Amino acid sequence: MTVPSIHVENLGKLYQIGERDSYRTLRDTIVRSFQGSHSKSDEHIWALRDVSFDVYEGEVVGCIGSNGAGKSTLLKLLSRITEPTEGSFELRGVVSSLLDIGVGFHPELTGRENIFLSGAILGMKKREITRKFNEIVEFSELKRFIDTPIKHYSTGMWVRLGFAVAAHLESEILLVDEVLSAGDAAFQKKCLGKIDETTGQGRTVLMVSHNLKAITDLCEKCLWIDHGRIVRKGSTQEIIAAYLESTQPQRTTGKIESDMHENPSADVLFRQVMLLNGNDQRVEKIFFGETLRMMIQFEVVRPVSELRIAVGLERHQDATTVAVVHNDDDPSSSLYNLQSGMYSLRVETKIPLSPGGYSINLEVKPEPGILRAGGNWNVVRRAIDFRVEEFTKQGAGVAKVDGVIRPSSKWALTGEHSQ
Amino acid sequence: MPSFKEIWQYRELCYFLAWRDIRVRYKQTALGAAWAVIQPFMTMVVFSLIFGLLARLPSEGVPYPIFAYTALVPWSYFQNTLTQISNSMVLGRDLIGKVYFPRILIPVAALLSGLLDFGISFAVLLVLMLYYGILPTLNAFFLPILLLLAIVTSLGVGLWLATLNVMYRDVAFVAPFLVQFWLFATPIAYPSSLVPARWRIWYGLNPMTGVVEGFRSAMLGTGTISLPTFVVSGIISVLLLVTGLVYFKHYEQTFADRI
Repeated sequence: MTVPSIHVENLGKLYQIGERDSYRTLRDTIVRSFQGSHSKSDEHIWALRDVSFDVYEGEVVGCIGSNGAGKSTLLKLLSRITEPTEGSFELRGVVSSLLDIGVGFHPELTGRENIFLSGAILGMKKREITRKFNEIVEFSELKRFIDTPIKHYSTGMWVRLGFAVAAHLESEILLVDEVLSAGDAAFQKKCLGKIDETTGQGRTVLMVSHNLKAITDLCEKCLWIDHGRIVRKGSTQEIIAAYLESTQPQRTTGKIESDMHENPSADVLFRQVMLLNGNDQRVEKIFFGETLRMMIQFEVVRPVSELRIAVGLERHQDATTVAVVHNDDDPSSSLYNLQSGMYSLRVETKIPLSPGGYSINLEVKPEPGILRAGGNWNVVRRAIDFRVEEFTKQGAGVAKVDGVIRPSSKWALTGEHSQ
Repeated sequence: MPSFKEIWQYRELCYFLAWRDIRVRYKQTALGAAWAVIQPFMTMVVFSLIFGLLARLPSEGVPYPIFAYTALVPWSYFQNTLTQISNSMVLGRDLIGKVYFPRILIPVAALLSGLLDFGISFAVLLVLMLYYGILPTLNAFFLPILLLLAIVTSLGVGLWLATLNVMYRDVAFVAPFLVQFWLFATPIAYPSSLVPARWRIWYGLNPMTGVVEGFRSAMLGTGTISLPTFVVSGIISVLLLVTGLVYFKHYEQTFADRI
């Protein structure tokens, strides 16, 4: 047996919740010392515990789990951004970690300057960047804008530049966190192709993703983490099937456990999401063709000047995001200047979803300005599950394969052509 | 203590971070490089009016403006890098939370990028000296050592403040006071000969005293570099740096969790 490229043994990370929520001020410390009570009321949470696994050279391993399960903590530990509380790990080879796209980008600098800056931050040598510069620019498809400060770039351009740099890293071990969720579909495909190509060269990859489709496409093996522990590890197919099964029956109350842990600095937190029928009663399924009505409760922790909320509908069958609706779609939705407090939001959309199981994903972005890749969006995956049922039995099983949506259509026999 | 071998391996990144600081500063500001001069120069003008003209503070036989400006050149470098370093961990939180590198590179990059401003304001000093017809003395060979003393002091105190800032954001408010207080505790607006002799020993505990007096002695030939003061200054600043490094290193790995 060869020596593993990534060897993780009993890894654990303890977080002190109180300390993470907000920074201390000197006053607090002084007051506390006068009170003489050293009883730490701070809550402790094991973000990760007893995690052990090996990844061998050339393997591409995926890591899945719900929000706050500890996936990102695992990558942060392996990337040496933070220290484990217990346990140990060993990485054999040159490591690069991609926890975000465009790490180190500075909006005032041009695309060219940012390629060098971000490349250096990700661990490339100047010589290496110079050598690959043209290749990087070509991959990003941004040749015309390469000398424009990137504050003038669109989100898509920003992501393309970031990924182009990342794709040209020559490390033996790559740690990737959810970076593929950004960018348009065509570019995502290109990136997946690039990862596929580089893994062919014997590179070891550990990737965290909510995108089960990407995991299925790229990884032969998979880890499933929940509440900081490994639930199962094995072949991707087997793990994803087990994961989907376990997550489906839950999540009907729509109550969203505080996601403070993942987003200690969040300004806005989702609290609950409910599916409603036409009489405003809570339901767990809707009928095919019925308007989708949702009630979203959220808490504004710190006053925000502007809020963007997106609701994504994800089909269980293949983890495809079928549709995303934004509050920007409705010009009359006024989510400006919200003070702290609880709010309810009613969302209605008419979308002819094919019968089957779906989840609602919620995303919020509290600050205005250009949308950037990753980072700023606070995301709640699978906030609630629901089913779309056939209204009548007649439509069931008409076709062998169901499409994602089934739009209404008109059919008419226009005449009979005798032969 | 941090691993110097590792820092050496990352030296290119350090250079890139310094380069970024410079590029960004010169792109964002309308006057760009001029700020390197405006800041010490305007302070010199204000000092000349208030302390030179109104208060008539002695200036050891040289015109008051050049007396003040010579001290303000190293002082501005110290003040700017110290302020930048003390905020560097908090401002660099995006980077710190997303990628690993020895965190000390950020403060060191600030020291490097500050050298450009120092160079520009030093060039202006030479022009001023030409204008006043003053020649530098042989002591000018000590300038690199004096600058090093300022760098060591700035990094030492900066590391303390940067680390404390991660844990207590109050530091962001304390630092400007500290710098202002320090400015007047250093013989910049006045000669150290004004300080009563029995306080001089304590006065030497401020490493910036040695730096500023040294600069004046080297460039203007006023006073002498007093060896005891200089040695005390050197010991204090090395002490600050060593303790700062140890303190910073001790908490370095927890920065990502705290900011």
